[in-house]
This record gives sequence, C-alpha cells and structure tokens, in this order.
Amino acid sequence: METLRLLWRHPWGRFSLLAVAALVLVALLAPYLAPYDPLAIDVHHVLEPPSRVHPLGTDLLGRDVLSRIIYGTRISLEVGVVAVGLSLAVGTVLGALAGYYGSWIDGLISRFIDIMLCFPTIFLILAVIAYLEPSILNIMIVIGLTGWMGVARLVRAEFLSLREREFVLAARVSGASDLRIIFSHLLPNALPPILVAATLGVGNAILIESALSFLGLGVQPPTPSWGNMLTEGKSCLEVAWWLSVFPGLAILFTVIVFNLLGESLQEVTNPRLQARSQP
Amino acid sequence: MFRFLLRRLVSLIVTFLGITILSFSVIHLAPGSPVSPMAEFNPKFTPEMRERLRREFGLDQPLYVQYLRWLKGVLTLDLGRSFAPDRRPVWEKIKERLPVTILINVLAMGLILAVGIPLGVASAVRAGSLFDRSMTVLVFIGYAMPGFWLALLLMLLFGIKLGWLPISGVHSLMGYVSLSPWQKVLDWAKHLLLPVFVAAFGGLAGISRYMRYSMLEALSQDYILTARAKGLPERKVVYRHALRNALLPIITILGLSVPGLVGGSVIFESIFGIPGVGQLMWQAVMARDYPVIMGNLVIVSVLTLLGNLLADLGYALADPRIRLERGA
Repeated sequence: METLRLLWRHPWGRFSLLAVAALVLVALLAPYLAPYDPLAIDVHHVLEPPSRVHPLGTDLLGRDVLSRIIYGTRISLEVGVVAVGLSLAVGTVLGALAGYYGSWIDGLISRFIDIMLCFPTIFLILAVIAYLEPSILNIMIVIGLTGWMGVARLVRAEFLSLREREFVLAARVSGASDLRIIFSHLLPNALPPILVAATLGVGNAILIESALSFLGLGVQPPTPSWGNMLTEGKSCLEVAWWLSVFPGLAILFTVIVFNLLGESLQEVTNPRLQARSQP
Repeated sequence: MFRFLLRRLVSLIVTFLGITILSFSVIHLAPGSPVSPMAEFNPKFTPEMRERLRREFGLDQPLYVQYLRWLKGVLTLDLGRSFAPDRRPVWEKIKERLPVTILINVLAMGLILAVGIPLGVASAVRAGSLFDRSMTVLVFIGYAMPGFWLALLLMLLFGIKLGWLPISGVHSLMGYVSLSPWQKVLDWAKHLLLPVFVAAFGGLAGISRYMRYSMLEALSQDYILTARAKGLPERKVVYRHALRNALLPIITILGLSVPGLVGGSVIFESIFGIPGVGQLMWQAVMARDYPVIMGNLVIVSVLTLLGNLLADLGYALADPRIRLERGA
C-alpha cells in the first residue's frame, strides 16, 4: 500500500499505473468495447482503409482491425502475466536456494544459470515449441521457463547480502527453520527488486509472444493476437499499411507502459536511487 | 594473464558440456521420439519397423550411452541427417548458412559500437541537458520496440513508399551474375542495410544506456577530480581519463548481448528472406525437422559461448590489472 502511494506521487508512476489499469480494463471489457465481432468475416468490406465505420480499417477477410486489437489485449496480458508468474516462481526458488545455502548448491545453480544464458532465448524457445502444439498455454509455459534467470540472479544476490544480517541470526537463534527464515524473513525483504524485475519481465514476455505469433509459431489464427495480425500486415504491406502499423503500436504502447511502471517502481522502492535523483 | 585464461578455459568446457546436456534433455524429455514423426505420416508403419528404427537411432541403449554417442557426433560435427526430402547432413545445411548470419551480426555489432558508445558518452557529458533527456526517451522506445515491427515499418517506408531499398534477399535475383565485383558489393550493401539496422537497434539502445551510466560513474571518481585540479583541459579529462575506464565494463556487456543479437537472426532473417541459420531454424521448426533444430540449437549456443570468450579476452587485454597479473 505504501508503495502504491509512493507510485501515485511519482509523475511517471501515476501515468503508468493508470495506463496499466486501462489496459486491464480493455482486456476484461473487450466484448463490450469492441465495435465488431473480432472473428466476423465480411467479404464485402475487405482491406478497407481506416474510416468512420472501421476506425482502424479492415483486414484481408473484412474483419475489423480495432476489434481484433482490443481482443488481442487479452492474449498479450495473459501471456505476460502467466509467463512472468512462472519465471518468478522458478527464479525465486532457485535464487533463494543458491543464496541461502551457498557452497555447492550455489555453485550448481549458478552454473545452471550461466548455461541457460548461453542459449539465445528465441532458439531455445523454438526448439521446445517444435515438440509441442503451439497453444497459448504452451507458449506461456515455454516463455516462463526460459526467462527466470534474471530473477534467480537477483534473488540470489539479495539473499547473499541479507543472510548475514542480524535479524536472520536472531531468527535462527530463536529456533526458526530454514524454510521459515527463507519465506518469512528473507523473502519479504527481497521483494521490492523482485517486483521491479517482474514488471519489466511482463513487457519482455509480451514482446517474445508477439514475435513468436508473428513467426507463425505462437497464437494461431483465427484467434487475434497482435503478433499474428502483423503477419497478415506483412503479406499485405504493399496495399494495406494500416494492418502493419496499428497492431505494432499496440505492442509498443503496452511494453512501454509496463517498462515505465517497472522503472518508477524501482525509483520509489530503492532509496539509493532516490537520493541520487534529488540533487 | 595465464591463470585467467586457464580459469576461463575450464569454465568454458564445463559450460559447453552443460549446453550439450541441456540440448540433449530437450530432445529426450520432449514428448514424442524422433521416430514418431515418421510413424505419423506412414499408415503402413508396423511395430517391427518402429523397433528397427529405434535400434537404428540407438534409442534402445541406456540414456548416458545415447548422450555420449550424440556428444561424439557433436564434437565431430556429425549432427545427423535432415528429415527434409533432401536428407542432407545437418552440418552441411548449417555450414552454408553460417557466413551470412555471422556477417550480419558482426556488422550489427560494429554499428552498435560505432553509434552507441559516442551517444552514451555525449549523454553522460551533458547529463540533464535536452539532448540527454531526448536520448533517454529514445532509449526507452528502443527497449520496447518489437524488432519485427520496426522491420515492417522500414520496409513500408524505404521499400514501398520511397522505393529506395530492396526488401528481401541478400542480393538481386535478376542480372546479379553480370555485375562487376564493385557493383556486387554495392548490391549486397543495399540489401543488408535494413537487416543490419534492425539487428542493431535493440542493442543500440542498451549499449548507449550502459555507456552513459558507466561514463557517469567514471566521471564521479576521485582521479577525475585530480585530473581537473591539475588543470588538464576538459577534453583530455573526458576522453583520456574517464572514457578509458568507462569502456571496460562495456566489453562485458557486449559479450552478454551476443545471445540476444544472434536470437534476433531468426526474426530478421525470416522477415527479410535472408538465407542464414535463423531462417533455417524457423523453417526447420515449421517443418518439424528435429535433427536440424537440435543441430542449430547446439551450434548457435556454442557460437554464443565463443562470443562470450572473445569478450572475456578483450576484457583481459584491455584491463591492465588482469593483463599484467603474474602467474603465482
């Protein structure tokens, strides 16, 4: 709550909070906001440029681009949130184990992180997807399972510095178990940077999903996602610029908003940064 | 220096083994064996045939034997044969596509360095100015820009609206053979301009931001105060004393940005129709050509590993604390 209040007072924090809230609303209220059915084919109004009837034009099958973008918000936010949730879970557990226990456990986990970081993410994702059906759920899982390394490193570093503090010693002396120390003493203290990483991670997951869908390996048509709308945009590049421009703007806007939220969160929760930005 | 290299070499080998183990696990933990795609499309596939194929692939052996066998294949660049109708060896397919991918990535890296570092330095020197603030906005947009969308926009603008640049392939299809060598280079350059720019764009934002940060750190050090106090001209303080120190961490960042750059190949190569390993990977995934997919995964991650090693060597050469370290 305190963090929310601080965010609200931060100029960009307020803007990005409101913008994220608006995106969530658009996703939830898509059926009420979209002027048309996103899947309704209309052969009499194919590839129409933006007009009063179709504010962002229509696509190759006469479907309303605005309605499809509105429904696409659902996919992007779902993928972003679920994938990041998964990355957080894996990253936090591995990072906590490495940072808390140290020694060979840390060595093993750190080495595993280094190895994962050697794979260009998109190649690894593609290799796994090749064995699975490209469903939305699989995409979320694969993006989540290939994006936890940053969080793990972060949690590890936080735990390494926190575990030497006196309150941890006090907890241990009073007989708290390892699990209790990790979850009720260390984790809450490491929460702010984890939250920042999570927020920044949402933007990244959305970017990866859109790229996969664009390549035809993510969300499959006819389900509208911003990425697969751009695939169609590419094939109609010479005749219908609006198919390439608007879905991309939606991606750009959404990712910028989440990144801004992450940056603002970082500024209000990290006292050191605050001190630096105030001369 | 020697100890540093030895340490790096050991960790390189361990990481390489890790990469192969992980790739191997992806093959074997994934549902469906390499035999099933053949079975799927063949109604006459009998259990006996499946068994024979399993033996042919060595799938009846214990897992560690399979791994060692496969590792031996990787080390001798024998990555199996493609499932595609041509049935060509995987390494042959990858080998002929590597040069153009490496060329584009090296050019993109050059562009990132040549533009990103000066921008970062300029921002840091004029921190808080209008220039610095507009750079911050640009960097923010750069971080959030989907590379493939940028590619589409550039194709739309330069390829279609203005008609200045070709939007597909690495050279012209018509009359390419009859061009003079100089014209051929020009032709390639025109085709590669957009892909290289798109490949570099994300890294550009990152490097200029890190450079700004690193330069601000360096400028706030005591030795800068000393340099200024003894009356050195500002130009010397900035370019001789601060810049050299600020560049060191950038080398590490460059190494870390190699995977992202290489990963981008899949995207820009499939958009611009460039016959590199990224496009091969994409086509292989579309066609479920598993040997090619796994071969690609291993080769590309090993290349990334080598890129990291190069960055480390660069760091060691640039940092006198490591370069002059005596083996003890």
